[in-house]
Amino acid sequence: MALRTPLYDWHVGHGGRMVEFSGWDMPVQYTSIALEHQAVRTAAGLFDISHMGRLSINGADALPLIQQVYSNNAAAMKIGQVRYGLICNERGGVRDDVLLYRRSHDWMMVVNASNRDKIVSWLEQHKNGRAVEITDQTLTTCMFAVQGPQALALCRGLTEADPEQLAYYHAMPTHYHGNKACFLSRTGYTGEDGIEIIVSALDWTQAVELWEELIRRGAKPCGLGARDTLRLEAAMPLYGHELSEEIDPFQAGLGWAVKLDKGDFIGRDALLRRRDEKTLPRRVGLELAGRRAAREGSTVLHKERIIGHVTSGTVTPTLNKAIAMAYVEPAFTTVGTVCTVDVRGKAEEAHVVPLPFYRRKTDERGTSTSRLLPPKC
Amino acid sequence: MDPKTLRYAKTHEWAYLEGNVCTVGLTKFAVDQLTDIIYIDLPDVDDPVTVGDSFGEIESVKAVSDLYSPVSGDVSAVNEKLQTDPTLISSDPYGKGWLIKVKVEKGTTLDHLMTLEQYEEQIASEEH
Repeated sequence: MALRTPLYDWHVGHGGRMVEFSGWDMPVQYTSIALEHQAVRTAAGLFDISHMGRLSINGADALPLIQQVYSNNAAAMKIGQVRYGLICNERGGVRDDVLLYRRSHDWMMVVNASNRDKIVSWLEQHKNGRAVEITDQTLTTCMFAVQGPQALALCRGLTEADPEQLAYYHAMPTHYHGNKACFLSRTGYTGEDGIEIIVSALDWTQAVELWEELIRRGAKPCGLGARDTLRLEAAMPLYGHELSEEIDPFQAGLGWAVKLDKGDFIGRDALLRRRDEKTLPRRVGLELAGRRAAREGSTVLHKERIIGHVTSGTVTPTLNKAIAMAYVEPAFTTVGTVCTVDVRGKAEEAHVVPLPFYRRKTDERGTSTSRLLPPKC
Repeated sequence: MDPKTLRYAKTHEWAYLEGNVCTVGLTKFAVDQLTDIIYIDLPDVDDPVTVGDSFGEIESVKAVSDLYSPVSGDVSAVNEKLQTDPTLISSDPYGKGWLIKVKVEKGTTLDHLMTLEQYEEQIASEEH
């Protein structure tokens, strides 16, 4: 049976259409993907992301273990910092993409639900007698994301510490409802500003109350459907689509999260070679001329020759345009390159556009306002 | 159109026969399941359609689904308004949101399709 988050009954009771996702029963939408997507772009949306894996890594040798399995440089992180990175296999392929948090008493790694067991075993396997304890806290905690231009203002006064004190990609422990511990981070997976909150799942009525309070304050509950269209517009990769054991971070355009000069780590030798490899397919953004959406698996062609395949695609609720991410041969990655996509047997015209498709605008005060990128070609 | 006077296919299309012309649409239940309809692909006038075979596709933000014809015959009309405004399917599935009209052979009936009552039973079982 699929796992349920502490919010399961709430989702079902509020019209959530439940689907199984990576072993969890999760709401794909409550009202409509387009409405939920727009709420995040224009105001604030609320997501139950308790299915994400939360692993605590603790002990005197925690850092050496992390440095061995993680592509970014954890040694350069200060307490309260959050950093994106990859866990690679020996061949340089991606086992998972993760967020690493340096906390005062331990490290936390947030991993994809689909890879949680795999990454826990991988960490255990590479302990090699080191003084490290890995605790999977996924089932004892839950995690919400409040995302959108109004997200931070809406959370003001909810917790002891003001989330607006947090810089982007920083985190801190604080309290809500008086003395209930929670952990806030200024992170997200939507392309908007916002925070993610971790609370205990053991006292789950408190978690449900917090969820409902966020809704009373104006956040709109959103399902995984909108989470997917939002991250796609922001060109954030999704494991199993843009990332896999066969794809390396350079192909995915994530070379910035690989620090080859930090010392040895798993996959480094392969990555040194692959960084300069000029034949491997690369991730690009495509915009289609028509409104039929290219979906995962659609082939990308140039003059009737297959040059790649689509990994994610949709019609964006904000632009009403069909967009997709694809892996194509390096010769066809230049912005403006014209190609066709086979959408269920019909060739649809497309061209390469810069990623991301959507980028929020930030004014001088650091407050974000939404803006859709004009099409460039 | 009154849902009580319509007949239904398992695949959630409705049919209404008047003389030898059968109007075909998608049920409210199907439309509610799809939500966020963004695109619909329909055949051209005079194209043949066969009962149980796909005659087009409907796409929502999340997925694409085939449309299956509840009758056999030749397409006599296509709801062109849907190309510019596919939301008509969601706002008025039994009226302005109709999909195609099919000219059927003389003597064709809709007896192979479900009544509203039978269709509602099917939906109830699908929801569990």
